[in-house]
Amino acid sequence: MDDARRRFLKIAGLSVLGLGIKPVTDAVATAGEVEITSSPNALKAKRWAMVVDIKKCLKAKKGCKECVIACNTTHNVPEFDNPKDEVKWIWLTSVKHAFPDQESQYAEGYYKDTLQDLPFVVLCNHCDNPPCVRVCPVQATFRRADGIVMMDYHRCIGCRFCMAACPFGARSLNWRDPRPFIKTPLNREYPTRSRGVVEKCTFCDERLAKGLQPACVAACKDKALVFGDVEDPNSEVRELLRKNPSIRRKPQLGTHPQVYYIL
Amino acid sequence: MLEKALTGSRSYKVWIVVLLAIVGIGFVNYLRQLDYGLGITGMSRDVSWGLYIGQFTFLVGVAASAVMLVLPYYLHNYKVFGKITILGEFLAVASVTMCLSFIIVDLGKPQRAFNVLLHPTPNSILFWDMVVLNGYLFLNIIIGWTLLGCERRGAPPPKWVKPLIYLSIPWAVSIHTVTAFLYAGLPGRGFWLTAIMAPRFLGSAFASGPSLLILFCLFLRKFTKFDAGWEAISSLAKIVTYAMLVSVFFFLCELFTVYYSQIPEHILHFNYLFQGLHGHSELTPWMWICIVLALVAVGLLINPKWRNNEKILPIACLCVFFSLWIEKGIALVLTGFIPSPLETITRYMPTPTELAITLGIWGLGFLVLSVLYKVALTVKEQTGDSASH
Repeated sequence: MDDARRRFLKIAGLSVLGLGIKPVTDAVATAGEVEITSSPNALKAKRWAMVVDIKKCLKAKKGCKECVIACNTTHNVPEFDNPKDEVKWIWLTSVKHAFPDQESQYAEGYYKDTLQDLPFVVLCNHCDNPPCVRVCPVQATFRRADGIVMMDYHRCIGCRFCMAACPFGARSLNWRDPRPFIKTPLNREYPTRSRGVVEKCTFCDERLAKGLQPACVAACKDKALVFGDVEDPNSEVRELLRKNPSIRRKPQLGTHPQVYYIL
Repeated sequence: MLEKALTGSRSYKVWIVVLLAIVGIGFVNYLRQLDYGLGITGMSRDVSWGLYIGQFTFLVGVAASAVMLVLPYYLHNYKVFGKITILGEFLAVASVTMCLSFIIVDLGKPQRAFNVLLHPTPNSILFWDMVVLNGYLFLNIIIGWTLLGCERRGAPPPKWVKPLIYLSIPWAVSIHTVTAFLYAGLPGRGFWLTAIMAPRFLGSAFASGPSLLILFCLFLRKFTKFDAGWEAISSLAKIVTYAMLVSVFFFLCELFTVYYSQIPEHILHFNYLFQGLHGHSELTPWMWICIVLALVAVGLLINPKWRNNEKILPIACLCVFFSLWIEKGIALVLTGFIPSPLETITRYMPTPTELAITLGIWGLGFLVLSVLYKVALTVKEQTGDSASH
């Protein structure tokens, strides 16, 4: 009786061990790796960056938010009627929130007349040294070679460490199922997300792969948003940065934001 | 040995049933949270961690109860603690169990929790926190259970357990340090961006854990046959006194740097805590209660006559415990998010569901603790190690 039991346990144990080893052998013995090739039209860069030319964005004062609408429509960003559940990729905020450290009590002239009440476009800065990537425990957010800080919605565990780490408030958790709250026509080309994962702007990686400019850039008729390779001296973004003084949000934190603002 | 937890007095059984009910209510509410998402809590885009992570942070401190007994007993051969090290170790087990449960209920996708093991990421502090917390849990379960088993059989402890005991001492330091590093390394959060965060965590941990332990010892002395002995309790009280003083000192150091430098990114958070900011002052009463409790505790503890008074000591310990609970469990986490890096203020108020889940996990911790203590005390009763010497 005891013998039979011992033998049974031995066999059971070995079977469990065998099952445990299988994934390891599978990983080693994979034959014929699948190669992923990109489209010949894909836009490529050494370092993607965006320039926001606030001087061309004055329509925002009159309620223009074409860029926000284009982004939300392209990415099925849900719209909640309370700020608690909010999901934002690109949005408009006041200059004092976009640049909280630039305050001046006696600001007059251009600052007061033009900038003070102007809604500022803000989005993920795709930092060169992103703290969100540093803290993510599962590499669900990671920096691509071309500088885009990406999100893997299928790996994210929803711990929100990245939200605590981002100094720009660029990240949103899906506090609840976002699908019933997608108010824009559903874009079947882009996945909807499920509750419990973090999301943010990805510089439209999916559009770049097809050779298209980011949706917000394409939507802005005043060309206030310019997107390009900041490492390429002949690019339009470099041209703009050469000709205009520009600032970035919270540069003192050392994250090296790649969204530049021309005031 | 676990079967010893199944029998007991009527009041023990009632207590267990009450705890099971609290855990049950918490669990039902957790199922609701799973179904709806974390939006069922008071957390938001701006205040993205709340009560759960606060409790987790506080309870990592309580888990220090073990090391403050193990270190004097094993490194300094302080025999008086021999009888109660098991209480410290089992309190650590219960605390870390609660810590891990609070992490799990805080995850947006708990079903993916094992991604942390599937994709180990050494540059993430959360990864290391997972390592040190689980390590500390297992160390204390293994050490506590093995030693208790040996005590029951009247056998000397096996040789392999000694290195584990020694390992558990620096390991205890690591859980506070790593948990503090979760906060202290984030560039945009001025409230947490301070090098003294880890020392502060250690200071408050060595006060909150032992103070709870004293309360348990006094309770057991009064209502059971187990007597830790006044010398042990009094020594623990000394530890709490020094730790609380160090803790208050570290906090004052923080206040100096913040208020003398007057850098907005740091000072705005403290203003929010102590006086409120732009009409938002949800945490202000809490913070002042925290300070008053801390001062009362220090006043009562610092005088040896009061500290060694069996009626005053529990009051002092309660003051220490609740003061630090407010500081770590509520103020530390929430204030880091208020104001946000964009200098907006978002109100946070835990929802009933969130409170029920939080209470459920506390219930779970007390359940684990009650069962383990019941086993330990029954064993000690049988071996004659429970009466005072």
